[in-house]
Amino acid sequence: MNKEKVIVAEGLTKRFGDFVAVDHISFEVSKSEIFGFLGANGAGKTTAMRMLCGLSIPTSGKALVAGYDVFKDTDNIKNSIGYMSQKFSLYEDLTIRENIRFYGGIYGLTKKQIQDKTSYLVDHLHLQNHQNSLVKSLPLGWKQKLAFSVAIVHDPAIVFLDEPTGGVDPVTRREFWELIYDASERGITIFVTTHYMDEAEYCNRVSIMVDGRIEALDTPKALKINYDSASMDEVFLKLARKAVRGE
Amino acid sequence: MSVLKYLLQKEFRQIFRDPAILRIIFMMPALQLIIIPMAADFEVRNVNLAVADHDHSAYAQQMVQKIKSSGYFKLIHYSSTYQDALKNIESDKADVVLEIPSNFEKNIIREDHTSLFIAVNAVNGMKANLGAAYLQSIIQDYNNQIRLKWIQFPKIPPQTNIEVTVSNWFNPMLNYKYFMVPAVLATLLTMVGSFLTALNIVREKEIGTIEQINVTPIKKYHFILGKLIPFWILGLVVLTIGLIIMRFFYQIHPIGNILVVYFFAAIYLLCVLGLGLLISTYADTQQQAMLISFFLLMIFILLGGLFTPIDSMPSWVQKLTWFNPVSYFIDVVRMVVLKGSGLSDIKNHIFIIVGFAIFLNSWAVWNYKKTN
Repeated sequence: MNKEKVIVAEGLTKRFGDFVAVDHISFEVSKSEIFGFLGANGAGKTTAMRMLCGLSIPTSGKALVAGYDVFKDTDNIKNSIGYMSQKFSLYEDLTIRENIRFYGGIYGLTKKQIQDKTSYLVDHLHLQNHQNSLVKSLPLGWKQKLAFSVAIVHDPAIVFLDEPTGGVDPVTRREFWELIYDASERGITIFVTTHYMDEAEYCNRVSIMVDGRIEALDTPKALKINYDSASMDEVFLKLARKAVRGE
Repeated sequence: MSVLKYLLQKEFRQIFRDPAILRIIFMMPALQLIIIPMAADFEVRNVNLAVADHDHSAYAQQMVQKIKSSGYFKLIHYSSTYQDALKNIESDKADVVLEIPSNFEKNIIREDHTSLFIAVNAVNGMKANLGAAYLQSIIQDYNNQIRLKWIQFPKIPPQTNIEVTVSNWFNPMLNYKYFMVPAVLATLLTMVGSFLTALNIVREKEIGTIEQINVTPIKKYHFILGKLIPFWILGLVVLTIGLIIMRFFYQIHPIGNILVVYFFAAIYLLCVLGLGLLISTYADTQQQAMLISFFLLMIFILLGGLFTPIDSMPSWVQKLTWFNPVSYFIDVVRMVVLKGSGLSDIKNHIFIIVGFAIFLNSWAVWNYKKTN
């Protein structure tokens, strides 16, 4: 396992007043890995992710994302990552083509690149008949797949996915994960939070956060052995029950 | 700069796709400009008059006829007792009661002197005051008329009359529309400039797209320019629509150079756009933005000299109006349109608005955080 590390966090901490949302977390993620970031609601996942994305400045600790410091180099980080939040974040009053064009444009893609990307994505997601319809007219599953594709339109080093499949049916979730595997094969590192334990099984490695700390970090297989559980569900319950913090 | 191009393209697409915004931009100026100046006419007409005539003489008839034909009064009741007439005030049907005493005609002819009584319904203070004043001046007029008939060729007029002639500069007919239209135009521009901008940005906060923008390498100033430029242009479009309505619907021909208005509006818009941006940095939901906007708009209009002259406010309130950008704009539009003022006449206004623009925009940019 001597792979290139794209995320390195050491003792990363975020305090809001007296409340320690993220408490000295340390981990590494290698290139093209699918890294599952689990935890109950309120465990601090989103805060940790926001720090890695350069949306929130850590209180203390160290972290390098794509080789850039989260304290000083947030602009460079933003150029090398993609992000898809819990909230649907495409413009619903723009068409599919217009959304791709807009996000491609603000990531500095050339006209030619935008055109190529657009036709590739439209083909790949089978949206040929809908490319000029407004995004709000699409079913949720399609929207989420489109949002993911737009989040990696600029071929970032890492893409952060914050509960990307919330409220999506199992079939579409399956398709969504196929997109994730595709991206990983193209060398994009995936950093994903989820509440679906079947999805946790799809990850290369999984970390489980409890009360702002990382309680466990390993491959799903090793975690199941260590915690003497049949499924990731059991592992998660065993760990998450220890939580003191409520939702 | 190409990032800005994509931002502007997106913004204009969204604006032209949103029927609500289009309605606000094109319908609101038209409706407001056509309705408000008509409604906010300070001339009092249709004063409801009740007459209690105890005399029933030819003179009394003549006088009532004269009052009726002035066009300001509607005779709604004519009786011979004061009590009857007063009932109309009590039931809010009449605004003014004129009581003509018995022996009205006799007293004029024999004693050269008589008195009338006017009772006004002061619930609607303005109508009552002006109605009574009109009534007095009509009666005065009537008085002079019968005097002329009676005292023929007097050596010395029994009473010296000082006649006052008023000449209204810049608005010779004292037409209230001339006064109101430019002011309504100013408030419209303020609404489009600040409140639409604020709502637009807060909307992105609400749907979460601003979060998505924040993880992109877009620079703060790119995002802000991408929001301000479209609304700056829209503001000028609204101004143009307003000026067209002013010219063709109200037949108000601006005396000054209309480019002066545009020049000032261009700077003024920067100031109100800054205000919109500032509101959006404090509001998290569109409701909050609406409430703040509504509150500010009330203050701006009431302290802006739109309905009431600033000079007649208490001096400490007058000082507050110095901080109201709308009052400067109303002033400038009125100056240019009615007086023909040029750039040099409004240079103080320009300096102050530039100051406001710098202050509001810096505050907004300072408060607009991409990271926390």
